[in-house]
Formats: sequence, C-alpha cells, structure tokens
Amino acid sequence: MLYDLGYFALLISFVLVLYSAAAAVFGAQTKRAEFIESARNAALVVFPLLTLAVLIVVYGLVTLDFSQAYVADVSSRTMSTFLRVTALWGGQQGSILFWAWMMSGFTATVMIRKWRRDRELMPWVIFVTMGTLAFFVGLSFFITNPFARLWHDPATDGIITAVFQPKGMMAYVPQDGQGLNPLLRHFGMIGHPPTTYLGFTGFVIPYAFAIAALITGKAGDDEWIRTTRRWTLVAWLFLSIGLVLGGRWAYDVLGWGGYWGWDPVENAMLMPWLTGTAFLHSVMMHEKRGMLKVWNVVLIILTYSLAVFGTFITRTGVIGSVHAFAKSAMGPSFLIFVAVTFLGSLLLMFRRLNTLKTEHELDSLLSRESAFVLQNLLFLGIAFAVFWGTTFPMISELVTGTKITVGPPFFKQVTGPLFGALVLLMGIGPLFAWRKQAAGKLGRSLLLPFVGSVIITIAAGLSHWPQHPYPLALFGLWLVSFVALATLLEFWRGARARVRGQGENFFVALGHLMSRNRRRYGGYIIHFGVVMMALGVVGDEFYKEETQGTIGAGQSLAVANYRLTFEDLRQYPGSDGREIIEATAKLYRDGKYVATLKPRRDFFVTQQQPVTVPAVYSTPGADVYVLLVGWEDIGWSASTFKIYVNPLINWVWAGGFTFVIGTLIAVWTSLDDERAASYVLRPAAPVAYGRSASHIAGSGR
Amino acid sequence: MTRKLILMLVTLSASFAIAAVVSAQDGTPVPYPSDDDVNRVAKQLYCPVCPNTPLDVCETKACQDWRAQIKDQLAAGWTDEQVIQYFVAQYGERVLAEPRRSGFTSFVWLLPVLSVIIGLVVVAQILRSWKARRPTPVLVESAPSPDVPPEVLARLEKELREMS
Repeated sequence: MLYDLGYFALLISFVLVLYSAAAAVFGAQTKRAEFIESARNAALVVFPLLTLAVLIVVYGLVTLDFSQAYVADVSSRTMSTFLRVTALWGGQQGSILFWAWMMSGFTATVMIRKWRRDRELMPWVIFVTMGTLAFFVGLSFFITNPFARLWHDPATDGIITAVFQPKGMMAYVPQDGQGLNPLLRHFGMIGHPPTTYLGFTGFVIPYAFAIAALITGKAGDDEWIRTTRRWTLVAWLFLSIGLVLGGRWAYDVLGWGGYWGWDPVENAMLMPWLTGTAFLHSVMMHEKRGMLKVWNVVLIILTYSLAVFGTFITRTGVIGSVHAFAKSAMGPSFLIFVAVTFLGSLLLMFRRLNTLKTEHELDSLLSRESAFVLQNLLFLGIAFAVFWGTTFPMISELVTGTKITVGPPFFKQVTGPLFGALVLLMGIGPLFAWRKQAAGKLGRSLLLPFVGSVIITIAAGLSHWPQHPYPLALFGLWLVSFVALATLLEFWRGARARVRGQGENFFVALGHLMSRNRRRYGGYIIHFGVVMMALGVVGDEFYKEETQGTIGAGQSLAVANYRLTFEDLRQYPGSDGREIIEATAKLYRDGKYVATLKPRRDFFVTQQQPVTVPAVYSTPGADVYVLLVGWEDIGWSASTFKIYVNPLINWVWAGGFTFVIGTLIAVWTSLDDERAASYVLRPAAPVAYGRSASHIAGSGR
Repeated sequence: MTRKLILMLVTLSASFAIAAVVSAQDGTPVPYPSDDDVNRVAKQLYCPVCPNTPLDVCETKACQDWRAQIKDQLAAGWTDEQVIQYFVAQYGERVLAEPRRSGFTSFVWLLPVLSVIIGLVVVAQILRSWKARRPTPVLVESAPSPDVPPEVLARLEKELREMS
C-alpha cells in the first residue's frame, strides 16, 4: 500500500515535470504569465513528491521489507540502521531516484530564490531543468523502478521483479536481503556518494541559466554568470569534497595503499570537475573583460554533459565491458540523452553566436587574459586525456575486438606534465595584470619566491639525494615551494599595503584584506590548498616505499626506517555478519617502539567476500600503512604483511581541507561585498565608445 | 559468470598459498624471488578477470595463484619481461597496465599529445588575432581626456598603426 503511494508519487512527478516544461515554453512563447506561474508551481511540487518517494524507499530499507526487490538487493538484517539508510544510494534504482530528488531540490530552491530577479530567463530555466529531470524521473519510473516487487513464478519456479502482480504469480519474500556490497559498509558511505551527487546535479543550474540566456539572446550579458556564480561554486565545492572524500575512502577501505587509481568511475568524476574548474576561472574573463563568451558557454555545456556522462559510466558499467551496455535499457537511454543535450546545446549556441561577440581585444600577450586562456587550455587538455584514456578500452574493443587496459601509468605520464604546468601557472597567473603585464615588474615580484624555492629544493635535495636520486621529484618540490611562496607573498603584499595605508596591525590587516575581497583571497586559499595536495602527490609518487613478506611470531619485516614485528593472530566474530582475523604487530621507527598495529581481514560470510582493513600509523611526515595479506593456515605461526610507507600523504587531506575552507570563504560573499569587490573594467559608456570606434575603424578600411 | 567464479574461488578459510619457507628477515637476505620481486612484476599487470584491478593488490584466489605462478617463473630464471610476455600471450593485451605504444593502442598515447599541441597553436592564433584586432585602447583607468572625439582618436590610432 505504502509502496503504491511511492509509485504514484513518482508517476505524478513524471507527469508534472513534463507539464511544467511544456507550460513554461508555451507561456514564454505566448507571453502568458499564468502559464509560467503554473509551470513554476508544478516544478515546486515535484520536490515534495520525490521527497515522499525517497522517504518510502528509505522506510522499506530500514524496516527490511524484503518483498521489495530493491530492499532485498541492498539491505539486510545484519546491517545497522545507518547503513540501511545509506543503502538508498547503494544500488541502481535508489541512486537514480536519489539523483532526481537532489536535482528537484536544487531547482525548487532556484525557483524560490531567483524568481523575481531573473524573470525573463526563468521560463527557459524551468524548461531545461525540467527536461533533465524528466529524463531521470522517467528512468526511475520506467526502467529502474525502486518500487518493483519480487514475484514467484510457479511455472518456471523462478523469481521475477515487477511493480504489479503478474498473472498467476505469488508474492515472494526472501528471509534476508543481499545487503550492501561489503566495501560500501563504511562510515564514508554518508560522505562521498551524496556530495558527489550534489556536485553532479548542482551543475544543472548554471547550465540551465546558460541555455536560457542563449535562447533569450542574453548570453552576451553576464547576468546569467552573476546569477549562477554561487550555484556553480557550491556545485563545484560539493564535487571537490566528493573527490577528496572518495580518495580518503579508497585509502581506508580498498587496501592498496593509495587514494587514486585512475579507475573509470574515478575519472568520470574528475572530468566534470576539470571542466568546471576551467569554467569558474574563465567566467572572470566574461565578467571583467567581456571576453571568451562563447567559450564559457561551451565549458558549461561540457561540464553538464560530462556530469551526466559520469553518471552514465558509473551506473551502467559500460567501460568495464561493452556488453554491460545492452543489459538494460539504461545504457542506450543515457547515451541518447547525453548526445541529444550535448549536440542540441552546441547547435543552439552556434545559432546564437551573434549575441556572443567579444567586447574587448588584447593589449599584450603578457597579461591576465593570456594566463586565463592558457589555463583553460591546460584544464581542457587534461580533461581530454582523461576522457580519451577512460573511453579508449571501449573504442579498442569496438574497433579491433581486443580488450585492453588503460591504467595509471598512462594517466600519470600524459597528465603529469600538464598538471605540473597548471600548478606553475597557478602560482604566477594571479600576479599578471589585466590587459598588460610589464615583464620587469613580474620578474621582480617573482624573484623572492624563486630564490626561496631554489634554496628549499637544494636543502631538500642535499638531505636525501643519496637514498632517493629522483630529479623529477626535486623538480616537483621546487614547483610546489615556488608556487606556495608566490601565493603567500600575495597575502603578505596585500596585508602590508593595508598596514601602511590604514596603520593597522599586520594580522588585523590580513583579516580585513580577506573579508573585503573574499572571492579573491578565498581563491588564493584554494590555490594554497592545491599546492599542499600537490606536495602530497609528489611525496606519494616519488618517495613511496613498500615491501611484503611472511614472518613468524617475534620476527620482523623492515622498510625505510621502520620495522614491524609480528606478535600474534586471532579470529573473532564481528558485527554486520563478518568473521574477523586480526594480527597484532608492533611498529618501530629507527629501533624505537612507536605503535601497536592491528591490521585485519574481515570476511563477509553471506557475500563470501573478504575486505582488507589496513592499520595505519599516521604522522605529518608519513603514513605507515600495514595490510594483513595472508597467514599460515595450520598453527597460525606466521603471517604475511604488506607495508607501505607513504610520505607526505597527509598533505593531500590537509590540502583538501584548506581547499574547502577557501571555497567556503569565496562563496560567503554578501551582496554588498559583491558590488564593492567586483571592480569591472568595462563600465557601460566606454564599451559603447569602443564599439563605435571599432565600427569607424572598420568602415575606414 | 566470472564474478560468480571469483566469489566461489574466494573461500572463507583464505586457503592461502603462503610460501612454505618462513624466512626471518632480520638481517638475513631473503632468497630470490621475494614477495617484493613478485609485486614488482605484478604491478605492471592487471588482473585478467576482475575489472580494473592491478594484479599486485587483487585479493581473489585466482590472483593469488597468478602471483604464485609469477614467483615460480622468476625462480625458474625468467626475466620480468618474459613473465609479462607470457601473461599477454595467455590472457591478451588487457593484462597490461600500460597500453602498448604500437599498433592501434598507440592512438591512446598520440591523441592527447596532438590535441595539446593543436590547442597551443589555436590559442596562440586567437591571442594574436585579439591583439591585432585591437582598434582602440579602451583604457578606462588611464583613458585620454574625454573631450577628444572618438573619430579623431580612431584616426590617430589607425595612423599610428600604419606608421609602425
């Protein structure tokens, strides 16, 4: 009964979404405000309806109603209530509904908050968001319905899933459910998936505004960019948090000593982040200089399409095997949707190219403008390399019939240099002035960071060169310290100017500086966070050490300056239907005892799946990451351990944290600040003047 | 099907093929090939059955057996390269973590490099065209005194350009 209610909530949502999109277009075309109002109301109602559907699914998961196919699939008796709730996004049906629900929340918020301000764009914003929502709600309703039930077919003695009772079949209720994949039974389940989905769905708002601006011929103004600036930042923030949390989760759960494996699913998430980051930067070109208008539209279309494409890759498993594609109607529908929205958006853009004329030209090749363009190129280059490497196995299988793997060595070699160039540009780009940068002045401002970073690099090199003769690593260290110093110097310069001008204390000046220019200094903090992460990556990439060995009780295994001594092994039943085998080992650094570690292996009995749980001794300098790989079956006299020493890895997490703080500062702009801080280099009058002048110059030719 | 097979292979008892010899690693050198030698080779390979899992970290029984096989091959005097070639011959190119730089897979390497080079050329062209198109210095901060009519300014600008 309850599930029928959920089913109908989904059905009504689907109808309303379609109606809303149609009414919005009709209202806009015929200039009838009542239709637009009605479209908006329909769009607003979708959110509570989908909320109801989500709550009913969660209710089923928590109360373990195994007559529901989805509940039987992802929930089980041994799972805690917390995990049962998170199972909402632990499987396909739930994920798609969750996606749609979040998006309806975003769109409802935008309709409430921006209704008055952007009246002209709104009908088309409704059309685009509801169009996207129609796809996801439709997917949820027709193809992967979360309210399908299990039925027993007496004729074949098989179990089938269907929403309504098929003729001659009986309801089937299994004793227990399959439960979540053991790897997902982790606290991280509450963090990474929802933030990622928020990031993915959040990008629909700037995309919808961009399309609306194109349709109404207003994309040349920066209104759509200003309206959506904070939405974009929030979506991007969630995507960033999702990436960092995902990395941390992988590090804690997957048991291979790393945080990023260039897996297709990871790449699927990285791609929209890359293009979204490029977009966040290059909209400044539009806002401040009226340039790159077409390009910004392209970037937001790409970002949105890649977010949908990412969901497609994650949910259909098409990269793992092309054959997964045809298994359900999911794959083809997704592909058609991505293709239609992407190509349709581009087509629309080309038809509106006349509204996207660049207002300004360039004064010098050495300028902030050039830095932005180069930065865009680098982000896009990396995004393309990731896209190409991720999809190539599929292409290879289709073209030559050979299955191949494109693993981390490819991605590291191809994107590594580009990331390096990007980090360098991140350090020097903010120093460039708009229009024209005097080379001498730039050189003088970079001299101090340069000298400082060279000194740091030489010192670092001298301290460990004989053990680790890696020139590339030293280059990485130089790069990181150079950019860090250049970024810090920006803070120092700004604060010092205030100390001189206002006579403030240095720290007061620093505080004022940041609160007056949140967008700018929030951005610098983000940059600093990236540098910290880059340091972690350099450490992990070049100085990581590992060893594996089998040792008996009292014996030890050594790696770097650490030594692990095996004590004993024991077995006990754990929560959540698992049997735990746990080793106890003592860790020594330079001969001195530092910690007792208990690496484990958990066996999930029902799923017949082992999960390796690492034991980590963590310090700011390095993590010692110990895995229990195996043991002697008879007598348990010996165990096999794998030890990773991951230098500087904690900088990745600390950098991620700094990054998030910086983004929050940049988002936290009150409207007054926005007006005061965004100095525009093109007031209305001079623009018109510039245009008429160029018109005269043109006619004179 | 393969997944079921893997799950079946993973047994609760972790019937683990630990090398019979438990060697003390305090000082005494470990006989070749050590687990580290095996991992060095396995790192360059991907599990032939699991999706996207490097062989050195894969936990399935099948992969443990493959690692044991690598150990035997190294003990028999095979080089790293020979072991890798053997795996490619047995299970196809998909076991290589790094796609080959020859044949069809060379495209995966070539295209990103090409695209960046083309991108650089395009960007250079665009920047240059922006610069060349500059009709007037539309400087706001240091704009010339506003009483100069725009037409005069434009002519001045044009003549200056022709002079240079």
